[in-house]
Amino acid sequence: MSAVTDDGAAPHVSVEGLAVGYGDRVVQSGLDFGIRRGSVFVIMGPSGCGKSTVLRAMVGLLEPRAGRIRYGGTSLWDAAPERRDELRRRFGVMYQGGALWSAMTVVENVSLPLEEHTELDAWTIRRLAELKLALVGLSGFEDFYPAEISGGMNKRVGVARALALDPEVVFFDEPSAGLDPISARRLDDTLLALRDALGCTMVLVTHELDSIFHIADDAVMLDPVSGTMIARGAPRELLETSTDERVRRFLRRGEA
Amino acid sequence: MAAQAALVRARDGARLVLHPEGAWTLAATLAPLPPLLDELFDAELRQVRFDCSALAAWDSRLVVFAREVAQRCAARGVAFDADGLPDGVVRLIALADGAAGRRDGAGHLAERGFLRELGEQAIAFLRSAGELIEFTGAATVALVNMLRGRARFRYRDMFRVMQDVGAEALPIVSLISVLVGLILAYIGALQLSQFGASEYVANLVAIAMAREMAAMMTGIIMAGRTGAAFAAQLGTMTANEEIDALRTAAIPPIEFLVLPRIVALVLMLPLLAVYANLMGIFGGALVGLTYLDIDPLQYVTQTREAVTLTDFGTGLFKAAVYGVIVAVSGCLRGMQCGRSAAAVGEATTSAVVTGIVFIVVASATLTIVYQVLGL
Repeated sequence: MSAVTDDGAAPHVSVEGLAVGYGDRVVQSGLDFGIRRGSVFVIMGPSGCGKSTVLRAMVGLLEPRAGRIRYGGTSLWDAAPERRDELRRRFGVMYQGGALWSAMTVVENVSLPLEEHTELDAWTIRRLAELKLALVGLSGFEDFYPAEISGGMNKRVGVARALALDPEVVFFDEPSAGLDPISARRLDDTLLALRDALGCTMVLVTHELDSIFHIADDAVMLDPVSGTMIARGAPRELLETSTDERVRRFLRRGEA
Repeated sequence: MAAQAALVRARDGARLVLHPEGAWTLAATLAPLPPLLDELFDAELRQVRFDCSALAAWDSRLVVFAREVAQRCAARGVAFDADGLPDGVVRLIALADGAAGRRDGAGHLAERGFLRELGEQAIAFLRSAGELIEFTGAATVALVNMLRGRARFRYRDMFRVMQDVGAEALPIVSLISVLVGLILAYIGALQLSQFGASEYVANLVAIAMAREMAAMMTGIIMAGRTGAAFAAQLGTMTANEEIDALRTAAIPPIEFLVLPRIVALVLMLPLLAVYANLMGIFGGALVGLTYLDIDPLQYVTQTREAVTLTDFGTGLFKAAVYGVIVAVSGCLRGMQCGRSAAAVGEATTSAVVTGIVFIVVASATLTIVYQVLGL
């Protein structure tokens, strides 16, 4: 299997023969997939299959056991540390609970990456942060602390912070987990609109089927038992064409 | 090499055309926008539009600028024509303005006046004093429950805490006590040798350690070591909703978490104080035997004659009181902790400060009480 995507164009992100694990335990191995530029790509699978672990390797937090992760041709883990940091600056990552810095206000959370990595003036940084917050529906909450707003809002601030530097690739760890269906759908719509407007590539880790069918252009499914990927393609097509019992069961909410 | 960006303005009577040129990206260098924005609008201006034919690249930077222009146009009743902007920019502005949010900042107290701040601080202080009393009361009730064999707590937890606050604290207690004994002996030697009574250094060290210093130094070490650890443990548990989980499981957190810690510390602190006594006397003896050339046998005899069982008893009682103070302040601050990482830090600091302040206050009070009782 090669890292070339179905339409033949060179992928934006490619994962080649990736294996990840903790300590003596290999969680997932033999992962091969390419992610097209500007697409929404979902890593799906049941709880505990190692989705988040794969994500940690892709964003440079956990060194893979084997294999490569390439961004536009540069291998993340083979690059020199400075080069890796430079690649990382082009990612945005949204963590499961939002992972906001609790001692800073919402707008400071979004501003910090801009202050650290750009030369922009304070006025522009403030407006950029306000724009990102407005995009996720949080205008007027700029000066609140994370503890003063709801869990769902914390997640949306997490999205705004991930988008702070106009990243080329944005990673989301379970973005809609813990949100009510309306908020979850609105967040998905926001992500799609952001993708369309910003043209960034989005990689989501989720097991929320509503989200998967609504926003994914492409997906891989990880299986906890065999410890590798068992399907790859557009979720709707997989639902119709997959002959694998495990894939069908997952996509049909447990009904075979 | 930073990309270059510029803004060219074309004014034609009441109409203004803005030409963003070059790369309008976060990395680009560009003249500051606020003064420029202030210049754009005057009384005659009726219409603003963009022409992006010379735009090489854009990202949020252009969106921010275009949105600001659009907002200022709306505020002044100037027509804003978005047709000349890239589709993506128009979409992002629509998305940002269309998403629900709150336009006012009501309900959030960002700015507070001095008097209000003062009043809130005073109320918070009174409330915290009330909480301390309430907490001590709840802990006492829990203790009574334990003595009646009805408290829900695991002895395993208590023994683990005892090991942690007792045996594992020995090295630091040894070091501090030996040094305190050493310091006392030196100070005493300097003064007493003036009267030719340098062998009374043994008395001075023994009585000071037994009645006061062993208990106090151990108490202060425990406040810094164990009180802080209690506050951090319980604070993290509060932040993670573990305390709430205990409450909803109908397990009183005071019995389950606080009681084992208080009991363990009250039992271990006097034991550590006994050990600190020995170490302090040893430290004093080091000075006495080397610097002052006192005969070892004489030093021991002198020490035995100087210290009575009452002296030891008063010191150990103090140590037990300090144990209660350290455990209660640590646990109380942990339980009062807010739900953030910063709050855990504040709880820890506050536990140590409360512990040490109350240890010194209790020490002074007990010393006076002993004096009155003739102990």
